[in-house]
Amino acid sequence: MTAATAPHDHFWLTFRRSLAGKVLLTPKGGVAGAYLLVLVLIALTAPWITPYPFDQQALPLANRPPSLANWLGTDEFGRDVLSRIMYGARTSLSVSVTAISVSVLVGMALGAAAGYFGGMFDRGVTAAVDLSWSFPEILIALILVAIIGPGLHSTMLAIAIAYLAQFTRLTRAQIMGLKGETYIEATLSLGASHGHVVFRHLMPNALAPVIVCGMLATGDAIILEATLGFFGLGAQPPVPSWGAMMSSGSALIFTAPWIIVFPGLAVAITVVMINLFGDALIRALDIRANLREG
Amino acid sequence: MLSYAIKRLLLLLPVFFTISIVIFLIIHMVPGDPVDNLVRIGSTPEQKAVIAARYGLDKPLHEQYVIWLTNLLQGDFGNAIVMRRPVADLIAQNIPYSLALSGCALLFSTILGISVGTLAAMYKDSKLDQVVMGGILLGSTLPSFWLGLLLILLFSVQLGWLPVSGARSWEALILPVLTIGLGGTALVARVTRVAMLETAQKDFVLLLHAKGLPRRRIQLRHVLHHALMPVVTILGLRIGWILGGAVTVEYVFARPGLGTLLIKALSQHDYPVMQGCLLMLAIAVMLGTLVGDLVQAAMDPRIRHSMS
Repeated sequence: MTAATAPHDHFWLTFRRSLAGKVLLTPKGGVAGAYLLVLVLIALTAPWITPYPFDQQALPLANRPPSLANWLGTDEFGRDVLSRIMYGARTSLSVSVTAISVSVLVGMALGAAAGYFGGMFDRGVTAAVDLSWSFPEILIALILVAIIGPGLHSTMLAIAIAYLAQFTRLTRAQIMGLKGETYIEATLSLGASHGHVVFRHLMPNALAPVIVCGMLATGDAIILEATLGFFGLGAQPPVPSWGAMMSSGSALIFTAPWIIVFPGLAVAITVVMINLFGDALIRALDIRANLREG
Repeated sequence: MLSYAIKRLLLLLPVFFTISIVIFLIIHMVPGDPVDNLVRIGSTPEQKAVIAARYGLDKPLHEQYVIWLTNLLQGDFGNAIVMRRPVADLIAQNIPYSLALSGCALLFSTILGISVGTLAAMYKDSKLDQVVMGGILLGSTLPSFWLGLLLILLFSVQLGWLPVSGARSWEALILPVLTIGLGGTALVARVTRVAMLETAQKDFVLLLHAKGLPRRRIQLRHVLHHALMPVVTILGLRIGWILGGAVTVEYVFARPGLGTLLIKALSQHDYPVMQGCLLMLAIAVMLGTLVGDLVQAAMDPRIRHSMS
């Protein structure tokens, strides 16, 4: 090894041993990571890079099959399907990521408090979690959206609440498992406050499984958002969302199937990629056993 | 076994009451006054009050709950406000369709899922296993309504083999069952595969190998039997998941059923119908869990005895 290449090698070694390296250097993690990066970039820059504005109507060009001008065809108003899918990524990602982040944060707070302090609070939380656990997320979300009314904000809220049980349960299980460790007992006997123990010692150790679980749930949330959109309860026109596009397209399934096929494909590929990435993350962190606990 | 079943059934009672309260309360938080859907535009407040009194909507909440629950236990789900028929009738009319769909989908996913999962576990890391794992990933990630639309596109629009929608003939059941069943199959196959691989590590399996039993016999007779436990639990727990899938899929295929009824009621703010549908779904979820537990107890004496 010559002196000139040493820093480079050093960087390479560090990267390979880091978490990012362990995830991205596997075939699955690499492909999924690249896809998700491109998708996020598309979502962020959609207004500048789409071939057409998402709401540019051209009725004479309605329901055209894929062509050179419109790679993925046009919808019933002559709007470019590809442009709308690229914009739809914005809706899909922002709704699901926001909803799951809120859900993870609230779920962690509830789960940690329940797991750490126990008692009546724990019993109440556990009962509520068990109750909502047995109901499919789609049903919970449907009812909530019916209560708060359709729209993107209620979709976010409904998704956040629908997945709350999952994160509460998982965090609680993690904290319960860690709470009995000797080092916690030692910290407490040294006079540390409960807050210190929970935030400085328990949470950091419980974090990884919850984050990974949140990552995987984001994929489910994308499907849920699309489903609500498909029922006409999510994004309202003309805001493009993958689910809403399929909803309007389902009436045209005989004449213009591309309107439903491509947005669905976008959902499916994205969710598969999120799952592959999550899998790679689980492998790299070696936390498969922790996840099953929840 | 009987005493275990009775104990488990009794444990469900408090759950049932909690769920009934939750359903009752949630529905009353829905904005939109059902009375508005009943009266003519421009009705006087007096006319509205008469209508509200006729359906008991003017009483305090807890009284409405007690009345509702008492009637409910007598099999009276109240009258649909917008659809103007007894809710029990509406439910009775729709439930056979949902039962047929969910039952067939459950059967389909169980049989196919266990077979595929077993095959994948027996030939772990082979081409077959990889294909199965890929299928599982796809099956559990495709949005069910999209899968339904694609199946319609292929089998009804392109090939013209099966009806697009409705529930007039048994053929109309095939595509909806496939749509829900493929997701369920993926779930069952994944659990079966993991459980079989885990069981295969156990000491008793090593002993069977040492005794010289054929590999296939060990896998199918002994490993599979043990591995079915978690599969039964998951199936019981995820009954609700199948029903949830049924809601979406009924909508896509324009099939009658509890899901279609629920969505219609949600959009019309028809409280009694919503309550009835949700309650039936909740009961189905509870019974599913119960059946799962009972089957498990029947398979594993340790569980039966742990409760006594």
